[in-house]
Amino acid sequence: MGQDMQPPLSSVDNNSHYMQPPLSSVDNNSHLMAVAKRQRLQDVLFHRLTQLFSLLVLFALAGIIVSLFINAWPTFAKFGAHFIWYVEWDIINEEFGAAIAIVGTIASAGIAMLVAVPLAFGIAVFLTETCPVWLRRPLGTAIELLAAVPSIIYGMFGLFVFAPLFADYIQVPLRDVLSGMPLIGFLFGGAPNGMGILAAGIVLAFMVLPFVAAVMRDVFEITPPILRESAYGLGCTTWEVVRNIVLPYTQKGVIGGIMLGLGRALGETMAVTFVIGNANRMPTSLFSPGTSIASTLANEFGEAADFHMSSLFALGFLLFVITFVVLAMAKIMINRAEKAKGF
Amino acid sequence: MFQLKSLLIVVGFSAASVLSFAADITGAGATFPFPIYAKWAEAYKEATGTGMNYQSIGSSGGIRQIRAKTVTFGATDAPVSGADLDKDGMVQFPMIIGGTVPVINLDGFKPGELRVTGPVMAEMFMGKISKWNDPKFAALNPGKNLPNETITVVHRADGSGTTFNWTDYLTSISKDWADTVGKGAAVKWPAPTSVGGKGNEGVAANVNRIKGSIGYVEYAYVKKNNMNFLQVQNANGKYVSPDDTTFAAAAAGADWFSVPGMGVSMVNAKGDNSWPVSTASFILMYKVPADKAASADALKFFDWSFKNGKKMAAELDYVPLPDSLTEQIRSRVWSQIQK
Repeated sequence: MGQDMQPPLSSVDNNSHYMQPPLSSVDNNSHLMAVAKRQRLQDVLFHRLTQLFSLLVLFALAGIIVSLFINAWPTFAKFGAHFIWYVEWDIINEEFGAAIAIVGTIASAGIAMLVAVPLAFGIAVFLTETCPVWLRRPLGTAIELLAAVPSIIYGMFGLFVFAPLFADYIQVPLRDVLSGMPLIGFLFGGAPNGMGILAAGIVLAFMVLPFVAAVMRDVFEITPPILRESAYGLGCTTWEVVRNIVLPYTQKGVIGGIMLGLGRALGETMAVTFVIGNANRMPTSLFSPGTSIASTLANEFGEAADFHMSSLFALGFLLFVITFVVLAMAKIMINRAEKAKGF
Repeated sequence: MFQLKSLLIVVGFSAASVLSFAADITGAGATFPFPIYAKWAEAYKEATGTGMNYQSIGSSGGIRQIRAKTVTFGATDAPVSGADLDKDGMVQFPMIIGGTVPVINLDGFKPGELRVTGPVMAEMFMGKISKWNDPKFAALNPGKNLPNETITVVHRADGSGTTFNWTDYLTSISKDWADTVGKGAAVKWPAPTSVGGKGNEGVAANVNRIKGSIGYVEYAYVKKNNMNFLQVQNANGKYVSPDDTTFAAAAAGADWFSVPGMGVSMVNAKGDNSWPVSTASFILMYKVPADKAASADALKFFDWSFKNGKKMAAELDYVPLPDSLTEQIRSRVWSQIQK
């Protein structure tokens, strides 16, 4: 109450302020100019500083590519492009080819995406469309926590827990049922020892799942409620809303999330090393042990010398190229999709 | 207040560690002897106050580091050739002895109950003998009920001195292996069933998990994991089990100064009681060290370890070098290093 009784004070103050002679226009201008100058300087500095930061990344990137290539040069000079499809990895006789590791990398990452994307999509749809509100936060947090588990933990879990179960309860039944079938039978042959391309792919799937799911959930959430509710109002089912409203609206983000997951799957090292079987042979079935580029690097760098070392650098360079191509393709796909929509 | 305190503690610790690191002996290399080097270092620090900082980055990494002169000594399982030693102006001497053991996963047999000869084992690792009841293997184990199970070969996925020792042995015992595979820290494993495990623990885990598998690990892992192993026929035609006495017997038979740089291969050593896949791990040092004080410190550490480290080595299932040999190393090898 007391405060309300004395409102005039401030207005008096204000008045007295107005009463003072105004600053001369010259003074005023120079004052403003000084402010503007300072602000411009600040802007320029800020611009340069942030530019420097981004250039730093570019320099680092270029530095990595160049140093990888220089170190890999003896191998490229000897084998040329043949290195890429040469099926051989013989350290003693110094015959090196990347085909085995490339196939292992792409196959395991491909399997991971085949498993992870539908699961992630389901999780994201559930969390944004049909999940009871009280469950949303704990479930979302749990998925994000999954992303924070270090990859070596996935590797150890994969080797000591998953692989034995996988061998007994998935590989053996799959082999018994499917290995006799024409055309796809060969995919399920081989010794069921729990390690191999398929096992690596499945462990990878669980590693990339939280990334893909979290991104998908975030982009699904930005779909304007008005669009969604209009569709529901027209009598659409949840699936129809997701299919015709949410997905088209968030296409770009969804592809981005998938590519993020794929990028991680291609480069994942420790978990794959534990379960892929680490055999430098061309895999002949989903159960055969193989090797990926990243796991070969992790395994062999410690004891590599000379030409072997250079071949490992060449593998690293190829992984860089593969990742780059994948990301570029994702970008092109997004652009095409946008053109088709007429944006 | 609490923060200030913990900050002070952190600062104090880092200052202390900087001080102690300043006088530390530095070394890098083989992973195989790392546990014993670490144990010696700990005891040596307690006894003398001087620490030893050993990075177990692998044998070829150790050779690279000593060539780059970033460490006072390098350590390697596969000995460097005499010519290379001369070129680099380095000396090489053995520091510790151990053994590599074939381990299997086969139900119904006690450790060491089954026997194998070198050539038959080479064929198993090549995939030419693919079943446990193969007549060649059965002939060595009369009266044993061997299962019709596929042999899965488990090998090291990473480059390793253990693999060098193992393939060195198979190369020495089988011409076929020598011609098609050879020896090295990592080789191209020919068996179509082979899978790789990372580190000794990876191989041990895979062998324990995969029924019908055969692999090779350092002896310490056999004991630690209670693994089933094969008795192996040695050069004198006797079947022996791996333990410190058979490793020591193999070392006793070696003529250390017959090869420049003491790089004697102990595989298939003569002697009734010799384990055929024994190996030494070596130390590399410069004859004219860049830092003579550091080099002398390292020698003091090795000397102390030779004298006081035997019990610790035995506890970790390594075999210490016999006194006669360490005496010769002191007089014939260390004397070449400038102090």
